[in-house]
Amino acid sequence: MNQRPSFLLDGAEVPFEPGQTVMQAALAAGRYIPHLCYHPEFTPHGSCKLCTARVNGRLMAACTTPAGIATEVESETEELNDLRRTLVQMLFAEGNHFCPSCEKSGNCVLQALGYDLGVMTAGFRHLFPDRPVDASHPEILLDFNRCILCELCVRAAREVDGKHVFSLAGRGLGKHLIVNAESGRLVDTDVKVTDKAVEVCPVGVILRKRVGFATPIGARRYDQSPISAQALADAPRPLERNHD
Amino acid sequence: MIDVTRRKLKVATTSLAGCFGCHMSLLDIDERLFALLERIEFDRSPLTDIKHCGPCDIGIIEGGICNAENVHVLHEFRANCKILVAMGACAVTGGLPAQRNHLDLGLCLQEVYLTDPGVAHGMIPNDPELPLPLDKVHPLHEVVKIDYFIPGCPPSGDAIWKFLTDLIEGRTPKLGHGLIHYD
Amino acid sequence: MARLARHSALCTGRTSSPPGRSHIVTQPDTPDELEPRVRRIISRWGHDPGALVQVLREVQEAFGYLPAPVLTLVARLLRIPYSRAKGVASFYSFLSDEPLGAYRVLFSDNITDRMAGSESLLQAMCYRLWAEPGKVSQDGLVSVARTSCTGMCDQGPALLVNGRAVPSLTSERVERICDLILARTPLDAWPAGFFVVHDNVRRADILLGHTLQPGEAIGAALQRGAAGWSEHAANERSWREAYVGAAQGPIAILEEIKRSNLRGRGGAGFTTGVKWEACRQATGLTRYVVCNADEGEPGTFKDRVLLTSHADLVFEGMTVAAYAIGASLGFLYLRGEYRYLLEPLEAILQRRRAANLLGNGICGQPGFDFDIRIHVGAGSYVCGEESALIESLEGKRGVPRNRPPYPVTNGYRQQPTIVNNVETLCAAALIAVRGGDWYRSLGTLKSSGTKILSVAGDVARPGLYEYPFGVTLRQVLEDCGAADTQAIQISGPSGICVDATEFGRRIAFEDLPTAGAFTVFDASRDMFDVAHNYAQFFAHESCGFCTPCRVGTSMLVASMDKIRAGNGTQHDVGEIDRLNKVLLMSAHCGLGHTACNPILDTLKRFRPAYERKLRSLDFTPAFDLDGALHRARKMTGRDDADAHLEAQP
Repeated sequence: MNQRPSFLLDGAEVPFEPGQTVMQAALAAGRYIPHLCYHPEFTPHGSCKLCTARVNGRLMAACTTPAGIATEVESETEELNDLRRTLVQMLFAEGNHFCPSCEKSGNCVLQALGYDLGVMTAGFRHLFPDRPVDASHPEILLDFNRCILCELCVRAAREVDGKHVFSLAGRGLGKHLIVNAESGRLVDTDVKVTDKAVEVCPVGVILRKRVGFATPIGARRYDQSPISAQALADAPRPLERNHD
Repeated sequence: MIDVTRRKLKVATTSLAGCFGCHMSLLDIDERLFALLERIEFDRSPLTDIKHCGPCDIGIIEGGICNAENVHVLHEFRANCKILVAMGACAVTGGLPAQRNHLDLGLCLQEVYLTDPGVAHGMIPNDPELPLPLDKVHPLHEVVKIDYFIPGCPPSGDAIWKFLTDLIEGRTPKLGHGLIHYD
Repeated sequence: MARLARHSALCTGRTSSPPGRSHIVTQPDTPDELEPRVRRIISRWGHDPGALVQVLREVQEAFGYLPAPVLTLVARLLRIPYSRAKGVASFYSFLSDEPLGAYRVLFSDNITDRMAGSESLLQAMCYRLWAEPGKVSQDGLVSVARTSCTGMCDQGPALLVNGRAVPSLTSERVERICDLILARTPLDAWPAGFFVVHDNVRRADILLGHTLQPGEAIGAALQRGAAGWSEHAANERSWREAYVGAAQGPIAILEEIKRSNLRGRGGAGFTTGVKWEACRQATGLTRYVVCNADEGEPGTFKDRVLLTSHADLVFEGMTVAAYAIGASLGFLYLRGEYRYLLEPLEAILQRRRAANLLGNGICGQPGFDFDIRIHVGAGSYVCGEESALIESLEGKRGVPRNRPPYPVTNGYRQQPTIVNNVETLCAAALIAVRGGDWYRSLGTLKSSGTKILSVAGDVARPGLYEYPFGVTLRQVLEDCGAADTQAIQISGPSGICVDATEFGRRIAFEDLPTAGAFTVFDASRDMFDVAHNYAQFFAHESCGFCTPCRVGTSMLVASMDKIRAGNGTQHDVGEIDRLNKVLLMSAHCGLGHTACNPILDTLKRFRPAYERKLRSLDFTPAFDLDGALHRARKMTGRDDADAHLEAQP
């Protein structure tokens, strides 16, 4: 068999199927490329740039680059991990990420990436933006202080829930998450606590009320194993099915 | 660079806009303190009650910068320590005290000392003994150059131990999974 | 732009709001009056959600700004989510979801405006009108703010008042404008001279000096493949799908464009013939021609002149392109700063329709159906990037797409689309008439033809200079009367800054490619200020999509601010290096990649301009330590020694 097309990722052969991106093929083959705004269930859009890799010598976002154009991909290099560290630092400095009081702490993707990449400080000047919390909804809290603008909730609402609960407004550093209501309040939207968009937030912006801090420190998701390991465990493996 | 000969390294510590939790965590290294004291001696520190620091190899600071006195102490540490370490969430990010940063300081003082329902005949304290608060709380690295950071609220005793032993042995400190955390 | 392209027949006959309407509106009307007016606007745009940017622009022109209830109404009538209307309204800097002054004054904030004194004029106006920059005056009469370069660099300082350009500002003119505003004089009653914009053509060559008549280039293009054409003409698809080998009609002109080796004039220099051919060969239901007149690069203003005085040539080039690729609809993406050109351009389109140079069966060729619509931008530099421009045409936030796929296969509404610069299309029209070989005989080996330079800054004669490619910088400096020149910014902030040792270099794709900006700085200028101004520009214009550009461009400004304030150290220069590296490595589009160019170039060539502002220390805070105690001193009434901090121990 093995006539499937493939590319080299850090020297190891990664097979792919037509239509797959470099990220999809890598994860399916059990190879981790750090990522933040990519989620296997939604259309990739490549905004966080954490997954930047050298594809045939050119720097590209692995999550949006078609595997078909790749022959050689470099990801685990000091240069690229340096870049990733700086991007994580930028996100920490941009928002108000006060981990000690955040109920997402321990289950937060941004935090887990920081751990895995060895980010010890945001380094840059903290911007300390003023972002009010929206507690209007009886079951869901929105704490925009922690928003990293990954648009996962926007995509989940659109692609899975068939709604437009979340969207983006403003531009540049003023870009921010909004909800689909003239009042600007979540309670005035058609959001349901069971929506995919509510569950998908990688950080602590969209939170179900009254369920926080249920898991003790030490037993939370990324207390147990690093995100690089967990991302692989979660990755869809369509190739394996085809194998047998 | 740290001198790795057997001379005891001088270490100073202090807590600025912090809660002393990080110092408590330092004590959490328990019996390893004895091993540590084989290699270091404390200069200015809440543990020694020395009020000003002399020349030191390592300065470890807990807490961010929220008032004029914090600035003086930080400057004293930077001037005297070859290596300056920000220890804990407040020193690294501003932490809990920085949660006031999106509020106007004047309104904060007014609320606390004048208009809060529990206040009677209030006034904003103006005793020269008291350090004046800065309009914003800053992490240490925004005020002086910081060489190393240990995140965590507080960092665990194990993390502090690993960090200090690396530093003392002349290795670039590296915490790794389980020891590095931000909460 | 932008009603749905169901039929080309739909695209004729639209008129935009009359010019008088756009000025002086105080408060939005009562809800009862509001709805019918919004309905009228939306129905003129065919209830097409793709026309959202145009609808919002017109609604704002009618009501002054876009409050939430108005956005709700627009969203309901267009059957789109409120959040989409809000997202678009808040993306473009000319649209506003907050109240604006009845007179909205925007000072052009390019470095050339600043050099000509724009800042003191802005301060003088604010002082006189009791206004604060960026805020609405208390009586709601006026708001004064800064905006990115408005393309009047040869006659700056300039401003926009309610969308209309007023160049050549002097203290007297600003005084007079204040009088008019205070007297609440409608814009139409202002002295007409205030709105006169000059072409300032200083050196014309084949393009600026052309003598083509409307229809001449189209006729020539049709003529090139006359043989064998008519048999296929009855079936409109036949000439579009015609194949190389039957060297006729569209193929003949396409070959001519390829032979000319014409390259894109927007700066990137992609070969036009290759782009057209790729689009022609791409499969799709229909194809589109887009003329990129979103001339947002600070320091460039050539497209303004081409659209003012040579619009027929531009439309002619679009029509020739349409013929070559088989498009039935074209868009002119006109930057919002040139909104005042909309009515004249629409009139020219009407005239061309009447002359059968647009519409069905152009020039009597059955099946040659093509029309052009004008999409007015709303203040966004990144929309000059072709895929962001297409997003904007589709009524969305102007965020660059992921590529591949490219617009030639998946462009406007996912159909094959070419996006060409205004100047490129003008050149294409000339080539249609005089042939590729003629064009190729001009310029250099790899850069055929001519290039129009927008010369501004410290020169005696600012304006447009058209040269064959290969001209040296020294020649241009001589011609425009520059003296004691320290540096030239070629192609704007996203281009390159050269110093006096490099004035022997040439304008050509082989050496210094350019979109046209040629901004000159004499020895009296501080090149740090130039880089600082450009850094602010990029931060202001970042769309915010990707992390490195959204955060990085603002952090660059913060570092530059810090150095400017005298608090910078080597540490900050290192920080700038680090940010530059991140932007270069990982930004989503050209804006982020080039955002660090001005700083990199000036650091390389004018490092002392930075260093003399640095403190000799390792590190100083970005903020004033003593100043940070000011609020507390005020609240406590203290002023003792301990109530102060020195910057350093």
